[in-house]
Parts: sequence; C-alpha cells; structure tokens
Amino acid sequence: MKKLSVEDLEAIRKAAESDLLLREKSNSLLSGESSGLSIGTDHMQLLVCGGTGCKASSSAAIVGNLHKAIEKHGISGKVDVITTGCFGFCEKGPIIKVIPDNTFYVQVKPDDAEEIIESHILKGQRIERLLYKEPETQKSISDSKHMNFYRKQKRVALRNCGFIDPENINEYIARNGYLPLSKCLFEKNPQDVIEEIKKSGLRGRGGGGFPTGMKWELTAKQKSDIKYVVCNADEGDPGAFMDRSIMEGDPHSIVEAMTICGYAVGANHGLVYIRAEYPLAIHRLQVAIRQAEEYGLLGNDILGSGFDFHISIRYGAGAFVCGEETALIHSMEGKRGEPTIKPPYPAEAGYMGKPTNVNNVETFANVPVILEKGAEWFSQIGTERSKGTKVFALAGKINNVGLIEVPMGTTLREVIYEIGGGIKNGKKFKAVQTGGPSGGCLTEKHLDTPIDFDNLLAAGSMMGSGGMIVMDEDDCMVSVARFYLDFTVEESCGKCTPCRIGNKRLLETLNKITEGKGTMEDLETLETLGKIIKDTALCGLGQTSPNPVLSTLENFRDEYIAHVKKKECPAKQCKALLTYAINPTKCIGCHMCAKHCPAEAIIGTTRKPHVIIAEKCIRCGMCVSRCKFDAIVIC
Amino acid sequence: MAELKLACNIVKQVEEICEKYNNDQGELINILHEAQHLQGYLPEEMQRLIASKLNIPVSKVYGVVTFYTFFTMTPKGRHPISVCMGTACYVRGSEKLLEEFKRRLGIDVGETTPDGKFSLDCLRCVGACGLAPVVMIGEKVYGRLQAADIKNILDELE
Repeated sequence: MKKLSVEDLEAIRKAAESDLLLREKSNSLLSGESSGLSIGTDHMQLLVCGGTGCKASSSAAIVGNLHKAIEKHGISGKVDVITTGCFGFCEKGPIIKVIPDNTFYVQVKPDDAEEIIESHILKGQRIERLLYKEPETQKSISDSKHMNFYRKQKRVALRNCGFIDPENINEYIARNGYLPLSKCLFEKNPQDVIEEIKKSGLRGRGGGGFPTGMKWELTAKQKSDIKYVVCNADEGDPGAFMDRSIMEGDPHSIVEAMTICGYAVGANHGLVYIRAEYPLAIHRLQVAIRQAEEYGLLGNDILGSGFDFHISIRYGAGAFVCGEETALIHSMEGKRGEPTIKPPYPAEAGYMGKPTNVNNVETFANVPVILEKGAEWFSQIGTERSKGTKVFALAGKINNVGLIEVPMGTTLREVIYEIGGGIKNGKKFKAVQTGGPSGGCLTEKHLDTPIDFDNLLAAGSMMGSGGMIVMDEDDCMVSVARFYLDFTVEESCGKCTPCRIGNKRLLETLNKITEGKGTMEDLETLETLGKIIKDTALCGLGQTSPNPVLSTLENFRDEYIAHVKKKECPAKQCKALLTYAINPTKCIGCHMCAKHCPAEAIIGTTRKPHVIIAEKCIRCGMCVSRCKFDAIVIC
Repeated sequence: MAELKLACNIVKQVEEICEKYNNDQGELINILHEAQHLQGYLPEEMQRLIASKLNIPVSKVYGVVTFYTFFTMTPKGRHPISVCMGTACYVRGSEKLLEEFKRRLGIDVGETTPDGKFSLDCLRCVGACGLAPVVMIGEKVYGRLQAADIKNILDELE
C-alpha cells in the first residue's frame, strides 16, 4: 500500500468524516424521537460494546445475531453493526447504542437481537424493557446524556471509546486522529512539542503524578545514539481497568502519542509493555500498529517528514512490581522484574542502558488531544495543580459499576452518589479505597474532598492508577487491610529486606488480629513497622505497601480495637470471631440448611427448629444463603 | 546436561521458537510465553533446553519462570479454574467462592485434581468488575456467582 502524504491523510479524514457525522449529530441531539427505516430514516448504525466486560456477557453473540436478523430482513446496505470499545457503564452491559436516535439499550441478550431489528430498526419502535431505568424514579431513559451516570462525566482520554470502531483506522482519522502528529512533524520542532505538554500541566496518570512535559525534557536532553519510548501498560492494580479499556477502545491514540513523544525526545523506537492477561487489548493494539504502518503513519519516513518511528510489543507475565519503571525495564530485557535504585533514572539509563521515557497508557491518551486543542484548553479543566480529567474504574459495593472520566476536582460524593448511583442494596457507605495496594481508605469525612493528586495524598491515600473500590457497612476494614497486604507479600520481588520481611510481619500481625489473637501492642507494632517500611523500602511498591494498614488504623481504629479487646468483628466478616446459630422462633424446620451444610453441622427433625453444632460449623455461610426465613443469626 | 524427556516434536518446536527470536536472551520472556503455550506448562527439561539454546545458565531461566506468576511448572487441569481475587470481586465475596472450590475439589490453590480434570488458581482482575464476583473456567467467564452455584457448575463440566 502506498504511504500517505499529509494531503492523503486529509482526504481520508474528509471521506470518513461523513460516516461519523451521523454518530456525532445524534450525540448532540437533545430529545431523541425514535427513528426507523420504515419511517423515513435511510441509514442506521448499531454500536455494540466489544470491551472485555461486555464480551464476557456474550456481546459477540449479539453481533452475530444482529447480522443474521439484518440479512433475514434484507436490509444489509442500510444498517451497519459496529463493534466499539467500552461505553463505561459495565454494570448494565452489554450495551447497544442505536444511531441516529441515540437510543441506549442495556443488558441486551443475544436473543434480543431479532426484536431490535424488527421493532426498532424497521418500525422505529423503541423496546421499553431494554431501556435504562433510573433507580430512584423507575423512569426509563432512552438517551445516555440524561443519565446521572454520564451527566457529570467529561470524556477526554476516553473520547473515542464507545464511539469509534477501534479496528478501523479511518474512523480514528475522521476524529482528527494523526492530525496532531502531522502538525508536530511539519510545524513544530521537538522543543515546541515539549513546551506545549509542559504548559498543559499534564501529570503522569500511572500513579506518581510526575509532570509529563518535564519527564520528556529530561530524556530529550540526553545525548545518545539510541533512545526509547516506553508505554507502561502493565496495569496491575486489582480492580482497575482504565488502561485496558483505552487500549481496547482507542488503540490508535496510544500509537500516535508514542510517535509524537518519540519525535519530541529524539527516539526512534517505541515499546509497549502490556500484561499478557489482556488478550483483547493486545490484539487491538497489534491491529492498530499494523494499520498505522500500512498507512505510513508509523515506520520509516512518516508522512514524508523524514522521521522514523517503530513500535513493538513486549508482554508482561504477571508481576505487579513490573509497573515500577525500573522493574518494567528489566522485565523487557528478559530478566526478573526487580527494581533498582534511582538515580540513574530511566531518562538517563533505561532500556538496554539507553535514555528511556516511560509513560502510562492514560497519560499517552491525553497527548494527541492536548496538541490538537492546545495546552490552554486542557489546562482550563481540573484544579490548580492537577489539570485535565482522570479516568476511574468504579467498582465494589456501588450501584453503577463502570469506567468513568471526570474533571480533576470533582468530589468523591459526586462520583459515588451521583455518577455511581449510591451504595448497593441501600446499605450504608463506609469507605472508598483509591490507589489500589499502594493507596488508602477514605471515609465519610473525605467525601467532599475534591479529587486531585495532592488532596488524595494529604488525605492519606493516593490517586494511583485510578481504581476506586467502594465499601459498605458489611466490609471489615481489618480484613481489607489484610487482603491488600496479602497481595503485596505475594507480589514483593524480595530484593529489599523491609518489603520482603517487613510486609510479611505486618501480614502475620493482621492475621493474628482477625483470628482474635491480637493484643494492643500489635496495633503499635503495625504502626511503627509500617512507617519503617515506608521510609526504607527500595521502590514504590514497598514504600507504599503499608498504606492500606496505616490508613485503616487511622480511620477505623475502633474496629481494630473491637477485634483485639472484645474479640468481635463488627462487620461480621472475620470467620474465627463469628458464631452461627438458628433462631428457633423463625425456623420452621424445612431442613434446607441441613441438606446443604457441607460440614453436616446442622441437626434437627422436620418441622422442628434445627440446631447448629458449633464445633462442627466451618462458618461458610451456605446455610444463610439457603434459608428462606432469615432464621440463621450470626453473632 | 540432563537427558531430555520431552517428546521429539516438542523439542523441535521449542527450538524453532528460540530461533524465531534469534536465540536472543533479551527475548526470554516472549520465548517462555510461546513455549508454555505448547503444553500449558514449562517442565524442567524445557527450561534446560531453552537455556542451552540461548546460551544462559538454567538458573537464570528458572529464576524468571518462578518470578512471574503467569509461568507454571505444573500441568493444569482440563478445566483450569481461576477465581478472581481483584479488589472488586473480593469485596463482593470471591473469598467464599474460593473456599467452596477448595472444599469441593479437595485441592489447594495452584494444585490439580488427581484425575487431571480441574486445577485451581487465583487471578487478579479480568476487568469484568461489573459482573463481580467472577470466576474463569477455561476461556469462559462466570459472573455474579454465589458459593451455592458452584456445585452445579462443576457437575456440568465433563
């Protein structure tokens, strides 16, 4: 295929634009009348979410069935089925959006495909039962713009996710893709590009929050024959899936941003270090790289500018510590992913000992749009010291699980209660965990804190990569701290003593407490040891690993004390501290619990109240889930 | 070097993988990924073979294999079960699912049943947090599971 020139790129953009116009127009529609082929619409599009979450609930089968139904009705030329990236509203997946009337169908099943074609596409009749219902009012809402989940969001890094077909480079170009790259190559010198990024105030989205422009400048200043640009796509925080969704939904933005970065810092080689657990993201990235190469937007002499840039993919193999940049570099070199002391920073001596600029996926996703719309536009969004937006993976005990993007400075309350729709099953909010295993738990008193890098740090947590796990009154904070420590102990590379042994001791102490064997001195040990680990560990993993313990100790000390002094778990989670019993006034003797008890710990004759033998009970909770009369009490 | 116990065709395939990457030491992780794909695990003999092809000590290959959780030295079951222990699944009760799998199968995490039918592992986040708690069996994702569902799922798998 012929390599493109700047004019060719513009021609492709113009040609593809009309395809996307329908989608863009319907996005700005205020109140969508439904449309159908028989009532005057001549072309319709069905956008089906093809992210990992929706794929897990068979969105691929939905696409197959839609195609079948379209063929059956002989309307092949008039309806397009487009698999897009993640829409974000994972709780309600799989999602289908109908264009041009912008109808947003939720929890669609493969069997619904036929009806969507027959009723909606042909006759223009919306399918009521597939519409989203606002939980408070039970009113159906057909259009995503009017849903609380979307209303407060601002999509910058996710601008193309759920909108374009990620495997079609033309659609990316139609959204002004690769235009910023072409502007950089022909109208800006590398220093200008770096200045623009510095001016925008963009800070690293991987967790640290280091100013991106400054990082680029450090690498640019190094004199070396070879330099590298690395995209850190080793998203290891359990419960966070921002980077994966960007790579699945908008892979070209990463390819373009890495190329721009290469031009700015003087590198001709790019490497993406990606988790092997993300097969779909890997596939989409491979497709994007191949397409960009075919178009001459990647490779030698890009757009005839004389600038060469190549990207290859390296796979992670399941090690959380590899998210740390020095560990990541060792892993890319085929070694154990153990971190090393900085300096030297990767900007000075990184991959193969050469200057290397490492940025995270979401950071890169912001780059093209900053260069397209200007640093000023970007720096208007957000707070004084944290510019732009942040993508969060909102999960846990919350009604609207999903991927959200909000301007920096949005409060936790807005995120949890407005976008997230509040706590599941009407329970009481207890804490929100941000920053994953390196972060901490924030409580009720932090709900009105505007979210940005510095505020979260001051509140004893951190931004981290963007995992946000909501917990309710049933979650035991000691167990949560233990859960994270368990993770850190497993993931510690073992190189430095504070992390390898210190965290192990923290975990043992937490285990003691959850088993009801803790003492008040143990709480002091946790605090002193935690602080020592923070001060002395070698890398970011160790230095932040005690955070979950320290922050829960500070905010939920009473709960720790209850475990120690009263030998009680207030949230009724710590098995060793629980007793299961049957309330004889409620038990009707249906024998259901006894039948399903794996330990044969329940005895009793039919129609007479049953009894649990405490010595035999393994506290698995099976009886609770089987009893229809709420007769099992946990104390 | 110890005598190889690998099947001839496997030896050949492993050698081809190494050669595809020019026997480059820097490609060790990519090579191990592909080699593991052949039989689902990396037996000692295979690691020895790779070490000799790349001209590095076996200890280095072993060091890498044991460092990364993705690599395994024990064969997986016909139905590899992975319980998601990401935070979102954890707070929605995945620990109870894990307990139930352990109890029903009589094996611990990282083990395979004697008949080779099931193996049990934990993983950290498949990214389907909307469906939490999630279990993956083979390629299939089971969402919104409860401990009480597990018996039926295991019974259905041949």
